Amino acid sequence: MTKTINLTLKVWRQPSTESKGGFETYHASDISTDMSFLEMLDVVNEKLTMDGKEPIAFDHDCREGICGQCGSVVNGRAHGPEKGTTLCQLHMRHFSDGDTIAIEPFRARAFKVLKDLMVDRSALDKVIQAGGYVSVNTGGTPDANAIPISKEIADKAMDAAACIGCGACVAACPNASAMLFVSAKVSQLALLPQGRPEAARRVTAMVRTMDRMGFGNCSNERECEAECPKEISITNIARMNREFFKAGFFSAVK
Amino acid sequence: MSWFVNTLGSSIGKKLMMAISGLSFCGFLVAHLAGNLFIYGGRDAFNSYATHLHSLGPLVTIAELGLLTLALIHVLTGATLFYENLQSRPQRYAVNKSAGGRTIGSATMPYTGAFLLLFVIFHLLNFHFVDKTHITIFDIVSKSFSHPAYVVFYVLAMIIAGLHVSHGLWSAFQTLGANHPKYMPIIMMLSLVFSLIVGIGFGFLPIYISLIA
Repeated sequence: MTKTINLTLKVWRQPSTESKGGFETYHASDISTDMSFLEMLDVVNEKLTMDGKEPIAFDHDCREGICGQCGSVVNGRAHGPEKGTTLCQLHMRHFSDGDTIAIEPFRARAFKVLKDLMVDRSALDKVIQAGGYVSVNTGGTPDANAIPISKEIADKAMDAAACIGCGACVAACPNASAMLFVSAKVSQLALLPQGRPEAARRVTAMVRTMDRMGFGNCSNERECEAECPKEISITNIARMNREFFKAGFFSAVK
Repeated sequence: MSWFVNTLGSSIGKKLMMAISGLSFCGFLVAHLAGNLFIYGGRDAFNSYATHLHSLGPLVTIAELGLLTLALIHVLTGATLFYENLQSRPQRYAVNKSAGGRTIGSATMPYTGAFLLLFVIFHLLNFHFVDKTHITIFDIVSKSFSHPAYVVFYVLAMIIAGLHVSHGLWSAFQTLGANHPKYMPIIMMLSLVFSLIVGIGFGFLPIYISLIA
């Protein structure tokens, strides 16, 4: 038997980047607790459309927690109250009948609101473009196990690579800092031998781009780590700091 | 030298300056507390400690200039970071909720820091920049803490200092990149213990002096 709940939503509505936004109140009735948060918004949007009103614009794509496209701040928490989940994987069973839910976009100077809950996170892409890659010469495919990598290191690199780039770390950070995102990308490559040749240039370029994009400074509040849907650890931030000091003070990279 | 300025001027570079100057202050606090413990030895022990310290002459001046430089770095960088971080989210959230990362210490760093700056200025005017030709340092301290208002203010200031250090100490290690699965739990524990030592160690001194005065 499916349980249904009724909710009051306070949703941030903003027609465009330039326009001033504000909260609108909506009632979500007969919401199945088996629905995801985004499916609940779909139901609300269908009703809004039927009533001839503008539906709520929100980011989403895969809806299985791996693409990093969705994300809003729900009752003050990026991706909602559940630990280690994206908004699309948050189910309505975690809410109670009669709850009031405030839904806001991820807020940071570096993330412009495009419309309602949709934000422009291309600042993160700019950071990746600055160095979040390895240069590989074309030619024959190398043997899979030609470079020995210990399981322990491979695991650490994989944990860092689990970052889906959703920007929840920025949204959750009291300073809107992107350190967790950038450190995950730096770590993922710095840990592996394939990433070492460009390590100094990479970390320098990525950190400088991060600063230029207008993100805040890390003050080790650890909100990012607690909020990350992929539970990326701040040990990556410490690793990025080490890489950055090594590059800044001891490498030839200027 | 542009590489040097670029590295220190970056967000991580500013953190590095905060970490190194902050850790140095933690070292200073240890020395300062060790010296202050002579108060428990009585009037003569404390005055003789002060005399011995000042007999170091130019070394004291060098240490003072060093502390002043560190203070300038810590305060100016801290103020810059605070200002930049305020700007990084022009539109604030209507609902704010912690996911469990923040502590009272970490959330209040800029405010406890600003308070401590004012406290240090007050403290120096109180006990350092005073004419000591006709009165010993023990008598200055003991006279000050005979006022209950002074005692309350100093105890409060030391609790705030403990709070500031509780986040600052482990945070400095994290910033320096010293985060290791084997040592981080020890560093976190050490931060807590150190903040209690600062809070209780310094905080109990005014109470003790007011009791014996």
